[in-house]
Amino acid sequence: MTKRTLFAGLLATGGVLVAGLAQAQDIINDELVINGDLNIVTQAPAADHLDYMSVVRSGWTFRSTETQAMQMDDFDNPGMLGVESAMSDFTTAMGADGESCASCHDGPESLSNVRATYPQWDEEHGEVQTVEMQVNECITERMGAEPWGYNSTEMINMSGLISWAGRGEIVDIAIDGPAQETWQMGKDLYYTRTGQLELSCANCHEDNYDNYIRADHLSMGMLTGFPTYRLKDARLVSVHSRFRGCIRDTRAETYAVGSPEFVALELYVMSRGNGLSVEGPAVRN
Amino acid sequence: MADNVRPRVRVPDSAAAGEVVSIKTLISHPMESGQRRDGDGNTIPRSIINRFVAAYNGETIIDVTMEPAISTNPYFEFQALIPESGTMTFTWYDDDGSVYEDAKDIAVG
Amino acid sequence: MTLTRRDSLVLGMGALTAGMFLPKIVHAATEDAIAAFTGGADMGEGGITLTAPEIAENGNTVPIEVSAPGAEAIVILATGNPTPGVATINFGPMAGEQFASTRIRLAGTQDVMAIARMSDGSFVQARQEVKVTIGGCGG
Repeated sequence: MTKRTLFAGLLATGGVLVAGLAQAQDIINDELVINGDLNIVTQAPAADHLDYMSVVRSGWTFRSTETQAMQMDDFDNPGMLGVESAMSDFTTAMGADGESCASCHDGPESLSNVRATYPQWDEEHGEVQTVEMQVNECITERMGAEPWGYNSTEMINMSGLISWAGRGEIVDIAIDGPAQETWQMGKDLYYTRTGQLELSCANCHEDNYDNYIRADHLSMGMLTGFPTYRLKDARLVSVHSRFRGCIRDTRAETYAVGSPEFVALELYVMSRGNGLSVEGPAVRN
Repeated sequence: MADNVRPRVRVPDSAAAGEVVSIKTLISHPMESGQRRDGDGNTIPRSIINRFVAAYNGETIIDVTMEPAISTNPYFEFQALIPESGTMTFTWYDDDGSVYEDAKDIAVG
Repeated sequence: MTLTRRDSLVLGMGALTAGMFLPKIVHAATEDAIAAFTGGADMGEGGITLTAPEIAENGNTVPIEVSAPGAEAIVILATGNPTPGVATINFGPMAGEQFASTRIRLAGTQDVMAIARMSDGSFVQARQEVKVTIGGCGG
């Protein structure tokens, strides 16, 4: 390879973010009503802690009409297959005492405030917990059963059920008090460039949302629709899988699913969505 | 049989005599195309639902031959004629010989 | 690796040769699929509607609709897939309309084609190009 081709390669790499394809959508469709009666807030004033944004938008507003339509009716949304599967797990007894989720929780509806407030500080364990960590705490400490894999199908489906139960709730993540230290760690990760491409989360999702990276229309990277049914994978995808994919795409070694780094990053990125509705399981490309 | 195959159908409970109603169906299935390779480079064998039939009171509404180009979790929407009360039946045929069925009643009147 | 002028020339010719033959192979498979449905009969235009996105965000799940009032059957072909067949929809007496909507896989940017066999034995066709974007972002 000559110096010239190397230079051309670097130019191409630098150019992806400002590709000539970039066409900001002139008219943003932010009218998301699910099943004809559930209004979703897809555009909101940015939280005070966001220094460089005035408005935050759901990933739904960045998608094509066809992808948007799949989320507007639960029957058309294949992510609901996972939710339905979790509904039967919810009442399935696990562990020695024969307890199920339903032994403590009346129904998924009783957990409607969970997705909008997680990750959150857990006083007993002295750490910030994600929904997945909380589910495994119930499974191991309350039911005395073996924990689910952090990224197992059962876990992603249960996380999907908890999102579904909380759909429409306004995201309100606490970032002060004991969670502040973890939140700051997540914020630092968000602005840290990684990999051979030297890209941070912010380079794509704060500096270049609405632009194109290759043929991908960049969103603000909100987590309000997770777990989300990706047309690419044809299944529900967890927040941490998505993080892993993004970081891998910067050509970096990624943190592990369920790692303290990803928990911190999830806390921070979820808090960027304060003011938007929970809308998982969403449908994305 | 593929794991966790779960049919879902959306059918109205009632209709006017002679009404044309919209039907939606979705079934969970990987629809392995036979075009993909695993980590070792071996072709993953094709395993799809190859036929879907919807009928009303035993008479065909649609009968679809499906190829591997139908997406994972096959989805169909179509229109059915409802002349009188009866039962709509849905049948999916898997490559491996499994048959998945669902049925819904519609009341006219 | 160092590319000499001759290497480049050979590579270029290779690409050219592949370019000349590959579309023909795909085309032949599509023609075979059309012939299998029509028996080689002429196909008219009009009377059939194919609705597909101009740009699909992901080729794995592309929503499409076909409608052909009075049709007995509609075949859907993805002319640029490794095998062009997608589905053949036969309408029975209880079909309220000769309409169906489904989600399909497209291996890349290509023409999607729908052919209807009408009750008089004639055939009509519709084609639409769908651009399939190759997303850079995994997950």
